Amino acid sequence: MQPKLWPILAAPLIRQNPVMLQILGICSALAVTTTVATALTMSVALTAVLVMGAAIISAIRRHIPSTIRIMLQIIIVASLVIVIDQILQAWFFELSQSLSVYVSLIATNCLVLGRTESFALRNPPLPSAVDALGNGLGYSLVLVTMGGVRELFGAGELLGHTVLPTVDQGGWFEPLSLMMLAPSAFFLLGLMIWGLRSLIPEQVEQPEFQTPEVAEAQR
Amino acid sequence: MADLNPVSAWRRMLAMPNESRGKTIAMAFVTAAICAVLVTVATVLLLPIQAQNRAAEEQARMESLLAAIPGMTDLLAAAGESLSTVVIDLDTGHAAEGVTPETLPAALNDQANWSAIPPQDDAAGIGTRPDLAQIFILRESEEIRLLILPVVGSGYGGPIEAMLALEGDLKTLAGMTVTRQSETPGLGARIEEPAWQAQFAGRPAVDAAGTPVISVARGAATSEYEVDGITGATRTVNGVNGMIRYWLGPDGYGPLLDAIRRREF
Repeated sequence: MQPKLWPILAAPLIRQNPVMLQILGICSALAVTTTVATALTMSVALTAVLVMGAAIISAIRRHIPSTIRIMLQIIIVASLVIVIDQILQAWFFELSQSLSVYVSLIATNCLVLGRTESFALRNPPLPSAVDALGNGLGYSLVLVTMGGVRELFGAGELLGHTVLPTVDQGGWFEPLSLMMLAPSAFFLLGLMIWGLRSLIPEQVEQPEFQTPEVAEAQR
Repeated sequence: MADLNPVSAWRRMLAMPNESRGKTIAMAFVTAAICAVLVTVATVLLLPIQAQNRAAEEQARMESLLAAIPGMTDLLAAAGESLSTVVIDLDTGHAAEGVTPETLPAALNDQANWSAIPPQDDAAGIGTRPDLAQIFILRESEEIRLLILPVVGSGYGGPIEAMLALEGDLKTLAGMTVTRQSETPGLGARIEEPAWQAQFAGRPAVDAAGTPVISVARGAATSEYEVDGITGATRTVNGVNGMIRYWLGPDGYGPLLDAIRRREF
């Protein structure tokens, strides 16, 4: 069993990364990556929901009538999300304030439903949980990287510690305000996908259709 | 005779073919029930801790509101005392009899202490108003230096709770802070930004006749009676305006301000 679990865990980290290859879950990836701390909390929350959801759904997979399987998955995931949200509000109040609605929106994250639907419904609990953990970590990797870049260049800080002293504080670094805005996350994500697909060319999608070559109109 | 043993009924349910109508309904019901219990337990168990967090947050915001008012930290340090907390009766404007800050939550649980606001007077859009309110007073040798009044209104996404700080002249705002809101992040939620709230400090709150004069402008402020609006958050801004107009007016803290002006407080 052991040698088979490793590829399940490792594949979604880079090669099958849910955000960069499948472009899932980018809504939250754009919204909560202004600082590393919020990106980390969001990553932990999503990974926890993903692993628990996949394990529970996989455990009862033989008894899920296929006609209502999406409903059952959504209600399980949504309940887990509410519980996590309540826990964050109780013990990580500051962070839950800065994450605002995005924790509740984990329930609608396509990443969660995608993994339970495509993997957990067909595999035993342990591989399902490992697959979910791998996907959660792949998502976390992208989020934390983006959070790091945005916090570093947008505020000159990392995890709240000053790295590049900004002009306001008497240093030399002029913060890039663009990094604090949502569009910068699109740019970063685009650059990361470009870099990854240059390294692993087989990830490049085939064009869906060919532009027909038409001779230029004769004058 | 039907088998009523729950264990064997459970087994029979699981043994049914997945696609049968009975099992579909049973699975939906069982899953929904388990999830409902899970969510209820988590919410109920964690509620006290969350309430504590919110109270601490409110306290911290009040402290930062005080710290932002010029000279207030020195005064607090010099006076060596903190704010006194008083429960007042909003209708008379005098201290409420028999209610202390400790017993206030219990008093507010009693519907008799709430009154409905007629729609034409309800600028804040809150529907009902408690007759009792807890306010904070800072005195300097018997003279009121600062009055902190909690207010509540309704914004776009839900209720807005805030605190208004009035100078001792009862005409000038010393500051404003939002303690609770659920407005749209990036738009209405910007009322939480200290830079926006700082605009209220030093502005006139009410005129000589006691009519509220301060408001949030649409767009940039054009007079000393306005602060800059927030683009894309018209309903939040309207909510803040209504809240200030209501609570500084005759149905809100008006009687209290009159009582203080008549030196009856």
